[in-house]
Amino acid sequence: MSTALGQWLMSEAPTSRRQAILGNTYRGVRSIVTNPTAFVGLMIVALLVLSAVFAPWLSLGKSPLDQDLAGRLAAPSAAHWFGTDELGRDIFSRTLYGARVTLTIVFLVSVVVAPIGLIVGTLAGYLGGWVDVVLMRITDIFLAFPRLILALAFAAALGPGIENAVIAISLTAWPPYARIARSETMAIARSDFIQAVVLQGASTRRILFRHIVPLCLSSVIVRLTLDMAGIILTAAGLGFLGLGAQPPTAEWGAMVSSGRDVILDQWWVATIPGMAIFIVSLGFNLLGDGLRDVFDPKST
Amino acid sequence: MSEPLLVVEDLNVTFPGRTGVTRAVRNASFTLGRERLGIVGESGSGKSTTGRALLGLIPRPGIVTAKTMSYAGENLLACSERDWQRLRGRRMSMVMQDPKYSLNPVKTVGKQIAETCLLHLRIGRKEAEQRTIAMLEAVRIRDPEFVYHMYPHQLSGGMGQRVMIAMMLVAEPDFLIADEPTSALDVTVQNEVLRILDDLVSERGMGLIFISHNLTVVSSFCDRVLIMYGGRIVEECAARDLQNAHHPYTRALVAAAPSLDVQRTELATVIRDPEWLR
Amino acid sequence: MIAVEDLTVTFRSGGRSVHAVQGISFEVADGETFGIVGESGSGKSTVLRAIAGLVPSTSKVLEVNGRPAARRRSRAERRLLQFVFQDPYASLHPRQTVDDILREPLQIHRVGGVDEKVQAAIADVGLLPIHRFRYPHQLSGGQRQRVAIARALILNPPILLLDEPTSALDVSIQAEILNLLAKLRQSYSLTSILVSHDLAVVAHLCNRIAIMQLGKLVEIISAADLRAGTVTADYTRDLIAASRGFTRASA
Repeated sequence: MSTALGQWLMSEAPTSRRQAILGNTYRGVRSIVTNPTAFVGLMIVALLVLSAVFAPWLSLGKSPLDQDLAGRLAAPSAAHWFGTDELGRDIFSRTLYGARVTLTIVFLVSVVVAPIGLIVGTLAGYLGGWVDVVLMRITDIFLAFPRLILALAFAAALGPGIENAVIAISLTAWPPYARIARSETMAIARSDFIQAVVLQGASTRRILFRHIVPLCLSSVIVRLTLDMAGIILTAAGLGFLGLGAQPPTAEWGAMVSSGRDVILDQWWVATIPGMAIFIVSLGFNLLGDGLRDVFDPKST
Repeated sequence: MSEPLLVVEDLNVTFPGRTGVTRAVRNASFTLGRERLGIVGESGSGKSTTGRALLGLIPRPGIVTAKTMSYAGENLLACSERDWQRLRGRRMSMVMQDPKYSLNPVKTVGKQIAETCLLHLRIGRKEAEQRTIAMLEAVRIRDPEFVYHMYPHQLSGGMGQRVMIAMMLVAEPDFLIADEPTSALDVTVQNEVLRILDDLVSERGMGLIFISHNLTVVSSFCDRVLIMYGGRIVEECAARDLQNAHHPYTRALVAAAPSLDVQRTELATVIRDPEWLR
Repeated sequence: MIAVEDLTVTFRSGGRSVHAVQGISFEVADGETFGIVGESGSGKSTVLRAIAGLVPSTSKVLEVNGRPAARRRSRAERRLLQFVFQDPYASLHPRQTVDDILREPLQIHRVGGVDEKVQAAIADVGLLPIHRFRYPHQLSGGQRQRVAIARALILNPPILLLDEPTSALDVSIQAEILNLLAKLRQSYSLTSILVSHDLAVVAHLCNRIAIMQLGKLVEIISAADLRAGTVTADYTRDLIAASRGFTRASA
């Protein structure tokens, strides 16, 4: 980066709103990139995204679905880098395409869980009284559901499939976010800067969305990133049990499941997708840990 | 005043940081006898850092250097962590601003004070308890036996600060640093605590360094005052002469404080001169 | 401008009630600066928060700007009265620039000419244009308090409530802020109430001063009486004596 731009971004005296926002973003990005843990995590997550986006090119034209029964269970070789599975499909391209499924789950769960948790938590924390009691009891009820069992019930009721798996995971995943948001909101709501906005005549909605939610967001993002490993594992678990993504979709959990019978003789069939699950989970955990350091108010 | 208790010559405290070295204390020299020495300054003046350096409490990566820093003939610059532990509490001690952070919340105050006795004095458990109660009485706590069994959170601000002073003085040090000991207290309570300190200093012949931002308190309580600015001692004067100080910073500071005696239409503001740091 | 009669504030915490303010009455005239002094637990800040409608209270009369003020205030009523808090580190939103903070009240009340008003407010409190897009953590304590004052005054309220506005600041910065408040009081023709534990600060800025102790009003005296020591209550006398500094008992 040119030094002039760097100086402009790092300026302690920004001259426009845009420079202030960009400068702050730049500082944030820099602190993530210079934090080794966060950086490794970020690289792994970036790798996941790239694999998902460029799967058709990276797999060199090999379809994840084309069967080749003659070449089934082939060991890793120049033709098939990660070998083939019990139907002769290329495991390398299946692993790449599997990233798409994983990313879809990650995306859908985040989109459902974070807003629900934030809204329920901030409302309960800010309004207090009976709103708080009702919302938190509902939260407790959802918290009491065992995640995998609920997912099984959903799959049984609505039929197996990735959407139902996501709904089931999300339904049981939001309560902790509501709790975090609630406790943060209660601390923030007492602070003088919120009292100041109240005195200016701001509506409750304005106070919640413009002043409280942005401050709760960072801890929710950290928690979400840290939880992502668990969500991916649950999704893989559902796939393993045959309740997640349905065949022939390439999904890591289902791939591990199909390699289970041949794990002793053809180790790669189960191990490769297992490694993928492991690395991606680790990546999200590292990123979450790093983000927590970066967002820690004590460090700024 | 005979032999000084504490001699400090050319004390420097620096903190290396990302953007360069911060010089928290610069070339500070002073001596302390059996007297009340005040250190006044605003935040960032290095007054607290000076106090901490004298007790070997500068955290890493801070660096303390000096030509001389000796206490009752002992060279403090050569002290190991073990030597410091032997000195602190037994022979020199410190009272901080907020007793809440300095007392262990899950132990009764009596136990904590008695522990200090056991640690520093060769006495038995029974005697430690007696000394503790005597000490609590000395800081004018009305019912020392009762307070002995109280937990820190049950004490009011003034009581807490008295308990702190009792704990710091129970091993009978002859040098005490009080870092803003009354700043968190109400004015009426503040003077009671000052009176206790005052009596202890004159009765036991202790040396006291009294660090504060409050000019009124320092000028009425101390014998001598050092005025610090940006890590430097810019002026030293007798406490009662503070109103007629010479250094422009001290004069500006005195004029900037609203006073009950004089009605000023506008308060003087401090125009900082970089020359003061030379 | 402000009238309070028999103001009582009771907090309930864990089954116990704390009578923070017990039947306080006073009036503040148009353009006056009224002081409230007391030690911790005297209820002085609570009085201010009750007038601002930040805590529930009961009273025979609670008038702001000549009209009775309820606990629930309309947006127009909010505009009459602004507040400056004690701790400049806690009173500004940590993720908003000075510009965001100052624009907020204008947007809430849908006031036009936002850009010029923000610029003027920044200049009014002695800040520079370079401070406009900084975040609070890039400002010193004194500068933050200036931002808080600018935010309070940007809607041109007739009443300003000051809750220990300088007690978190160094003496030299305190002098700057007190001078600024004195200047703004003139140029905005403000009616204000200043709460402080520091008698000298209150005597410097106020015409009349209420002394509070343990939730009750001890007496109301003029600043001149405070300086001269012509007071009736023993507590006030003790407070003045203690504020003048330490005295050796026997000396």
